[in-house]
Amino acid sequence: MKKINHCKITIPAKSVNEGYARAAVAAFAALADPTLEELSDIRTAVSEAVTNCIVHAYHEKAGLIYIDLTLTEDNTLKIRVKDKGCGIADIAQARQPLFTTAGEERSGLGFTVMASFSDKLAVRSAVGKGTTVTITKRLQGRPA
Amino acid sequence: MEITQQGNTVTLLLTGEIDHHTAKGLRQAADDALITRRPEELVLDFSGVTFMDSSGVGLVMGRYKTARSLGCGVTVKGLRPRDEKIMRLSGLSALVTFI
Ligand SMILES: Nc1ncnc2c1ncn2[C@@H]1O[C@H](COP(=O)(O)OP(=O)(O)OP(=O)(O)O)[C@@H](O)[C@H]1O
Ligand SMILES: [Mg+2]
Repeated sequence: MKKINHCKITIPAKSVNEGYARAAVAAFAALADPTLEELSDIRTAVSEAVTNCIVHAYHEKAGLIYIDLTLTEDNTLKIRVKDKGCGIADIAQARQPLFTTAGEERSGLGFTVMASFSDKLAVRSAVGKGTTVTITKRLQGRPA
Repeated sequence: MEITQQGNTVTLLLTGEIDHHTAKGLRQAADDALITRRPEELVLDFSGVTFMDSSGVGLVMGRYKTARSLGCGVTVKGLRPRDEKIMRLSGLSALVTFI
């Protein structure tokens, strides 16, 4: 499918950037005239993916988060969020609702939320190398 | 966050965006209110919240644990429908009152 727009954003894994990442991806998505509901879904999914990089991949220490956005002719938005952190040993287990390795303040719902607010969620990971999460969202509106 | 007390009920009015970044401060403030005021019921009022991800669920789960250890119940109110959907995925509705 032909790309009609794309964007790359690289940010340090700092929690203050969670809000920035949501806003930046929403601004890119807004160019495709999505519904408010779709924009909310996108914000939530991005927030989950970026937070996972900060909390799990880099354990709240320094690192970079690579966000890659592509909009194709069929008005589909692909959001790739990549880290070079610790990686996930068992992806199927990590994607189970309520599974968490992070204790009291985390609910283990991030992947479940990303999947339910998107059309497709793909997770690739290698222990010690990093993780790439790709969220695909078809938008109802017409591209500008 | 705004804290009000009526009898043995303490209400925390949450405002703005709840994510992993903002949840840190909210957690601290909520636990301080629980420990210093010792209510029988803690009400978390989400009606001022404009964005929430699963960090909001973690925030409620964590406060439920603190509250229970002090013999206090938890009520969650004012959730937008999409946030309530996320909250209910956690099974919290068995532990916390949703209104
Ligand atoms: N980018 C990542 N790098 C390493 N591990 C990850 C990454 N993303 C997720 N994980 C692992 O997968 C588990 C499940 O992730 P998920 O987002 O579903 O839940 P959580 O982050 O633990 O809790 P919540 O998202 O509800 O706050 C995490 O606890 C962690 O072990
Ligand atoms: Mg998560």
